[in-house]
Amino acid sequence: MSVPFSSTPTPTTTAAPRTGGAGSPRGAHRGSPSWTASAVLGLIALCFVVPLSWLVLASFDAEATYETALPASFSLANFTAILTPEQTFLPLWNNLILSAGSAAVTVIAAVLAAYPLSRFNTRFNRPFLYTVLFGTCLPITAIMVPVYSLFVQLNMLDSLAATTFFMAATSLPMAIWMTKNFMDSVPVSLEEAAWVDGASAMKALWHIVVPLMRPGLGVVFIFVFIQAWGNFFVPFILLFSQQNQPAAVSIFRFFGQFGTIAYGQLAAFSILYALPVIVLYVLVSRVFGGSFAMSGALKG
Amino acid sequence: MPLLPAIVLIGIFLAGPIVWSFYGSFTNAALTGANAKNPEWIGLDNYTSLFADPLFPKSLLLTVIFVLVSAVIGQNFLGLGLALLIRRAHRPVSDVVGICVVAAWVLPEIVAAFVAYAFFFRDGTLNQLTGFAGLPAVDWLFEHPMLAIILANVWRGTAFSMMVYQAALDDVPQEVTEAAEIDGAGGAKTLVFVTVPMIRRSIATNLMLITLQTLAVFTLIYVMTAGGPTNRSTTLPIMAYEEAFRYSDIGYGTAIAVVMLIIGAAFSLAYIRLLRERNPS
Repeated sequence: MSVPFSSTPTPTTTAAPRTGGAGSPRGAHRGSPSWTASAVLGLIALCFVVPLSWLVLASFDAEATYETALPASFSLANFTAILTPEQTFLPLWNNLILSAGSAAVTVIAAVLAAYPLSRFNTRFNRPFLYTVLFGTCLPITAIMVPVYSLFVQLNMLDSLAATTFFMAATSLPMAIWMTKNFMDSVPVSLEEAAWVDGASAMKALWHIVVPLMRPGLGVVFIFVFIQAWGNFFVPFILLFSQQNQPAAVSIFRFFGQFGTIAYGQLAAFSILYALPVIVLYVLVSRVFGGSFAMSGALKG
Repeated sequence: MPLLPAIVLIGIFLAGPIVWSFYGSFTNAALTGANAKNPEWIGLDNYTSLFADPLFPKSLLLTVIFVLVSAVIGQNFLGLGLALLIRRAHRPVSDVVGICVVAAWVLPEIVAAFVAYAFFFRDGTLNQLTGFAGLPAVDWLFEHPMLAIILANVWRGTAFSMMVYQAALDDVPQEVTEAAEIDGAGGAKTLVFVTVPMIRRSIATNLMLITLQTLAVFTLIYVMTAGGPTNRSTTLPIMAYEEAFRYSDIGYGTAIAVVMLIIGAAFSLAYIRLLRERNPS
């Protein structure tokens, strides 16, 4: 399991968005819907939502506590208090560098690696793919201790670039797997025509295959981005100076210093930080469709 | 050679730490001081003290309990239940429920951890709710740390199992379950003898993946209880972190990481065998 830690990577994030269920035309609902099922579901959903409601209510409450309560007066004070460069903008900017950087590196490396695996049948393919899959499953993010000491040896601690590459590497096995599955569905005949016309394999890849699999690459990019954006443990261990820290770590520091006083600000900060991944997630599930993304990830 | 960038990245940043952890676990590497940069080879010392450490078997047991109860039982069965119910409920209800369950899963882990912390906190929402019911307030994080982190992990991770099972159930042809019911099998019988056998591969895949994910959970536990009180919720990732960064013993923490890697590798191999059986090409 790569990056996301509990969610993590993990193949986690691979299972994509099927918020509604009932997606496929085949047997979405059997017979008429049942009131009992709806009632039980409603009750379970309530259990899932109650903890989250605190986050939303507290962020708009200038006098928030850990209790869930309607704010006495609706206030944006928490948001205005934290909207300062060092509190919010710099950490979010660092997050953007880490996430977009590792997603870009991952997608490029994954396309290059997936191409020969998808197009040329060599006896080298299957062992490589199984090694990749094996790497996907290892709890790499659980072993941040040796990663830390390796970074000490290589003098790479507190470097945003090195952390970006590390995060790219941890999501790469999953990304190769997904990219290869998406690439397999692009017909070879188009490239063969290009080859006949004298284009090299690399040319055919960039000018024919990549444009055709843009939605699939979008899914891979967004998954890696979401994983990196939400990751706490990796930057927590590898980045220590404040100007390099992403929002996950600065929220944690804020919690340590003011968490017992400024609950509302903590909630407001959390919401600002979570918003981009929620938007991206909704985008993936609406634009690409859940089963499409899922097919890239879980197909053998 | 288009594979080169991927191989370099994986070689340095994935294989590197793995090889390094096997090497580092035989050294006395420290967080600071002379042994930080130039650790000495101390052979199996880290492993002998690890197996003599009373915290190790306890931590291993807590990890097994955490994985078994929160993932294998909690997320798995709740996820399957939700996927089954969603197909029978009214459309608007299932849409809203899907969003609610997935919301906890899509949040960044640190935010989910804070939300869970606030929920189980002494003055938090859970005690507010039990207070309405007239029950006495309980300091959940302090008195029942394992229960709190297990429930929090079920809340956070069930969406994954739910989505896997939704996809699997979509592939079960409706005629088969209908035929079973025409032959007089009740809903429960159809589920156990028809539906479950048909999605057994998805069940196995899901179990393997959530086991590996849950094994690696750090942030949720670290924020909620930090392994405490008195190590009552110290799973292996927490123990490795504490030994390395609080007690400055990187070599010892690395030995714990190696144990986790070996457990992860065993599950990985089992998972790959499973996939191979599915695609015997």
